[in-house]
Amino acid sequence: MKKHTMIAWMEDKPGVLNRVASLFRRRNFNIESLAVGHSEKAGISRMTFVAEGNARDMSQIQTQLYKLINVTAVQDVTAVPTVDRELALIKVKASNGSRAEVMQLVDIYRASIIDVDMETVIIQAVGSESRVDSLVELLSHFGIVEMVRTGKVAMVRGSHDRAAKQKTAVAAYKNGQ
Amino acid sequence: MSEKKTGGQIIWESLMREGVKVVFGIPGGANMPAYDDLMKHEYPIHHVLATHEQGASHMADGYARATGKVGVCIATSGPGATNLMTGLATANMDSVPIVAFTGQVPTSLLGRDGFQEADIQGVSLAITKHNYLITDIHDLPGAIKEAFFIAGTGRPGPVLIDICKDVLQDSMEFEYPETVDLPGYHPNQNAPDPASVARAARLLNEAERPLIVAGNGVIIAEAEKELRQLAEKANIPVATSLLGIGSFPATHPLSISWGGMHGEAYCNYALQECDVMFAIGARLDDRLTGVFDTFAPKAKIIHVDLDPSEMGKNITINTPIVGDARLTLQNLLPQVDSNEHPTWLAQIDEWKQETGDRDILAQETDDLIAPYIMQQLWHATDQGNATVVSDVGQHQMWEAQYYRHTKPRSLLTSGGLGTMGYGLPAAIGAQMGEPEEPVWVVAGDGGFQMTMAELSTVAQEKLPIKIMIINNGFLGMVRQWQDVFYNQRYAATPLFNPDFVKLAAAYGIPGRVVTRKEDVYEAIKEAQATDGAYLLEFQVEEFTNVYPMVGPGRSNADMIRRPFAESEE
Ligand SMILES: Cc1ncc(C[n+]2csc(CCOP(=O)(O)OP(=O)(O)O)c2C)c(N)n1
Repeated sequence: MKKHTMIAWMEDKPGVLNRVASLFRRRNFNIESLAVGHSEKAGISRMTFVAEGNARDMSQIQTQLYKLINVTAVQDVTAVPTVDRELALIKVKASNGSRAEVMQLVDIYRASIIDVDMETVIIQAVGSESRVDSLVELLSHFGIVEMVRTGKVAMVRGSHDRAAKQKTAVAAYKNGQ
Repeated sequence: MSEKKTGGQIIWESLMREGVKVVFGIPGGANMPAYDDLMKHEYPIHHVLATHEQGASHMADGYARATGKVGVCIATSGPGATNLMTGLATANMDSVPIVAFTGQVPTSLLGRDGFQEADIQGVSLAITKHNYLITDIHDLPGAIKEAFFIAGTGRPGPVLIDICKDVLQDSMEFEYPETVDLPGYHPNQNAPDPASVARAARLLNEAERPLIVAGNGVIIAEAEKELRQLAEKANIPVATSLLGIGSFPATHPLSISWGGMHGEAYCNYALQECDVMFAIGARLDDRLTGVFDTFAPKAKIIHVDLDPSEMGKNITINTPIVGDARLTLQNLLPQVDSNEHPTWLAQIDEWKQETGDRDILAQETDDLIAPYIMQQLWHATDQGNATVVSDVGQHQMWEAQYYRHTKPRSLLTSGGLGTMGYGLPAAIGAQMGEPEEPVWVVAGDGGFQMTMAELSTVAQEKLPIKIMIINNGFLGMVRQWQDVFYNQRYAATPLFNPDFVKLAAAYGIPGRVVTRKEDVYEAIKEAQATDGAYLLEFQVEEFTNVYPMVGPGRSNADMIRRPFAESEE
């Protein structure tokens, strides 16, 4: 069982997200995080998701997704160099006694404090999943009141051939072998 | 500028542009405007009024399977649309092209839980190839064009278009689009990878015990000629899946019938013993394979399918080939050497002999049993010259075992979903599509009663369908499982049946009861000689089981065989 990061491109039409979510549920795919938004192309949304499973599962996720009429491309980017980032908002208890310490951590992690009141601060953190994980772990000692994480978004580094992306889904069954 | 047309008119005119001549449906509040347009404008499309929307959906399915064209069915919103779902799920499992139109509440009422609102796009999501909800008339022509394209190309399947009632009444200047713009759907890129084809050829050329497994994909791709060329060139025996029946003549010396849970025993031995398997257009589902990791343990498997998601889905594949069955065979043929495989064929012959010795028809009995009836039907229809539409259960398995199909599209059956009630309505669709073809329904007494209301459709359309009910007084296949796995506790399987012949008579359909073996052939001939529809009720021995039987969670290798007749023990 290995974690895979995948990107799927799909037409931005009503119900498409429903189709994707319904597919994940029906095929029993294990999805850990999912982030979706606009791509550079009008009318095409881009979804980054992290899935866990064996080679067969990964091949199935890609080929089944690709079968959805509105999905235009699917790519498993686990093995290619990518930049990946996640954004988190974390509301932490920060009273007089602990506030300085919290601020120091925020500095170290190059996060920022975007809201303050007498009892708490809201921290905005951007970074790789693992970096956000470790910040969250440290902050938990002060008491996390509330948290939201976007899930990871990823982009392949450099100028990889865009056409290759189109073909990956069709070739994905080969990964399953 | 073109003339303004209503949404209702647009449906019919689009159907005409798609070459549709017959549709199956039932009107209701939400689709009445379309029905009104059909009559008002006298469009040359024949509407078959079904008795139940499930019937309408199976009719569209039977029409599509028999002709290879897209079948069309229509229902109103809410209950009309939910009634269609069984038929769409059936078609989806067996890759049958259907376009279904459902009425929906007016756009202003969407989401308000008004009268007869059901979220049909949501309900049908997982059982259609694609679906649409149309809330603006300007989206309607494009959706219909796309629906036919999606349903009929690539791996075919059902597409549903849910249309709000006010869209049917609205109007626009209508032009049917010439092309579709689907950035995520490329069904025509289906040429197989040459390197994989070469590898497949090498495996087949080096094989000592090669085996072809042909499925429905061969029939859909119309690749039966090429399949036969491959088999004959290299002397490779051909097994089919249940849905692949007809892709290779069952009477051919290289045919080893079909395999799986109730396939022929010798075929299952061959599946388990082959060293190279060439599976084409068959999705290798659990009914064929038994427990996945016990399937064909000695074989390097080559899997050809148009749908990449079938590769490695159930079975570990040595050589996946994503491509059209016919193109793949055409590319493969010149690379495959002529071959003999005498030892392997002799081994299969030996298994076949043994299977034959244990055949139920080799045992002497006066009992009336379905295998005998199917064999006689085969003889009576000029050895396989008919379309047989079977329902689901024991009789379905016996039909497949004893009626030896020799041409594609001559067996229509619900293989993937196993939908009881499929037989009669699907036969209606088949007969509408192929008016000259003799169409026979083979149904159990249980399944027949699920959709027998469509007898009125048979009568209404004056269809010459011949109906055979294999009446064993039980939900037979379930009774068989109770017999084998549940200590003969026949929970909820004995049936209370009507007088089927009287029932047919109520619709003006003649019929007769057959209770003796010696009357079978002559009764079939009588049905055949009757101009219109005819119903034959065969009262058969109740406790006969279908063999072989691969139990749940078992391998094909340890199938349960028919016990030898008592006198031989
Ligand atoms: C719609 C539906 N409901 C239930 C079943 C489960 N089932 C499978 S076979 C069978 C019995 C079929 O009995 P009958 O139609 O009399 O045919 P036989 O097996 O006796 O030939 C049942 C209930 C099914 N396949 N489809």
